[in-house]
Amino acid sequence: MLSISTNALFGQLLLGLINGAFYAVLSLGLAVIFGLLNIINFAHGALYMMGAFVAWMLLNYLGLGYWSALIIAPLLVGLVGIVIERTMIARLYRLDHLYGLLLTFGLALIIEGLFRHRFGVSGLPYVIPKELSGGYNIGFMYLPLYRAWVIVASLVVCLATWYVIDHTKLGSYLRAATENPELVGAFGINVPRLITLTYGFGVGLAAFAGVLAAPIYSVNPVMGANLIIVVFAVVVIGGMGSILGSIVTGFGLGLVEGLTKVFYPEAASTVIFVIMAVVLLIRPLGLFGKAA
Amino acid sequence: MQSSLEHKVSPAAAVNEEAMPAHQRGLIVGLVAVLLIAPFLVYPIFAMKVLCFALFASAFNLLLGYVGLLSFGHAAFFGMASYTSAHAAKIWGVTPELAILLGAMVAAGLGLVFGALAIRRQGIYFAMITLALAQMVYFFALQIPFTGGEDGIQAVPRGHLFGFINLANDLTLYYVVAAIFLIGFLLIYRIIHSPFGHVLKAIRENETRAISLGYSVNRYKLVVFLLSATLAGVAGATKAIVFQLASLTDVHWTMSGEVVLMTLIGGVGTIIGPFVGALIVLSIVNYLAGFGAWVTVIEGVWFVACVLLFRHGIIGVLSSWLRKPL
Repeated sequence: MLSISTNALFGQLLLGLINGAFYAVLSLGLAVIFGLLNIINFAHGALYMMGAFVAWMLLNYLGLGYWSALIIAPLLVGLVGIVIERTMIARLYRLDHLYGLLLTFGLALIIEGLFRHRFGVSGLPYVIPKELSGGYNIGFMYLPLYRAWVIVASLVVCLATWYVIDHTKLGSYLRAATENPELVGAFGINVPRLITLTYGFGVGLAAFAGVLAAPIYSVNPVMGANLIIVVFAVVVIGGMGSILGSIVTGFGLGLVEGLTKVFYPEAASTVIFVIMAVVLLIRPLGLFGKAA
Repeated sequence: MQSSLEHKVSPAAAVNEEAMPAHQRGLIVGLVAVLLIAPFLVYPIFAMKVLCFALFASAFNLLLGYVGLLSFGHAAFFGMASYTSAHAAKIWGVTPELAILLGAMVAAGLGLVFGALAIRRQGIYFAMITLALAQMVYFFALQIPFTGGEDGIQAVPRGHLFGFINLANDLTLYYVVAAIFLIGFLLIYRIIHSPFGHVLKAIRENETRAISLGYSVNRYKLVVFLLSATLAGVAGATKAIVFQLASLTDVHWTMSGEVVLMTLIGGVGTIIGPFVGALIVLSIVNYLAGFGAWVTVIEGVWFVACVLLFRHGIIGVLSSWLRKPL
């Protein structure tokens, strides 16, 4: 154990934090959507992948770089989400929530299949923007600038989402509609529109994470499929009761995964699922979950 | 969360189910007849594939259709049983019936663990937990040497049933597989129509009420989860013998998705629906085999269409037309 250099240790921890950042942004989006729509969005991973591809297409077809993609991709994918919600998900609100899961699973298959058909599975490179290339030696490790940016950007987006939901008027409508949609509707607030925008926003968050991920991992049609299953485990561990809880759980589990990679690499891909099993045994509602 | 998948199997479903109604007896006789002549109508290999998946889907439907539990992790039971039976038949050289039995036992063990963990949450969480646990099994299968990693276990011998019936002939093997399917199918039929099965439906309709009536709901759920996993294991283990192959495809989450789709198309909570669903999905996959990623797209479209347009599936719709549970 002592033979592991601090450089390797912190390198893995940094990678873990980056994965954690994606877990946090994605599980946050899932939690916000679940809160209001009561569905688990299986298409979240596919829309994350779509975000990365939109960034790639903006660059290669229109010559629009990273910074514009960071704004345009979430908006475009959010728009796709709004169309999906209006045309399909909205028909399911009176049915069992499991139908929402099945529908979005089908959507995930369609989106992934289409991108796989068009782009293959080998993955496309996306170059780190030049403002963020390179890195610094900060004494105990080498810190690539882009990776630091990913962590900071995700953290800022997560905290901004938390602030809006917990401390603004819009957020209070949202929280009220989560508790009792009929009553909020009776006060003259357009709840269906709120629901649609929430879905668009949650999906936009996923696309934002996708753009952030594009320069780190290659842009690949299957990049979302495996990630979403881990994010489901993260959501079960954290419980979807609290926004800050989702953020903390996401980053925390990323770190744990990074540490496992250093000390027992064989278990790195399964450690989060093992933690999920343990949490289910000890605290079935999840670390931050509340009884329904 | 009391709402289970909405079930409308027509009012006739409520009538006395103790004695097998005439139309259901007819249905089963018809099924047996189809099983007998099938290998002369289609390729026996294809017929066996359909039967393995029909048993798999029926096992899955026992859980979703009759208890309202959506498992997104059934590939784990199917796949690990498939690996076990392939390994037992190839490396240990046991007879096929023992290999299948061993596979089923491994699936049962896994089912017990998955079930005990997953029933601690309900509804959507149940689906996510089973999916995550199955993904863990997938990574396990990917890393451990005995599964053969990306290559899988190939060239599994079909062997001799009970030591003396040579299964190398497709037609002989077909009738063995048909017998296995029929036993599994009738077992599920029996479970659904037993007092135990009625309690399961009570849990599906209103879990809180079942608890207040004094049923230990979690024990019922665990037992039925175990049964479903074991039967899914039988299907996977048989599949390994038929195709002489166990591979990562069998444990991958897409396999879990496929069995959900088969059940959905055929009709959730119908007896014969999963069989019909398996037949349709496999025919499509067979027909489109050369189209690569389009298969995924079309499966996705089927999912969306089923959820939005015909939630009761083909047999479900037929069943309400005829006003008889099929």
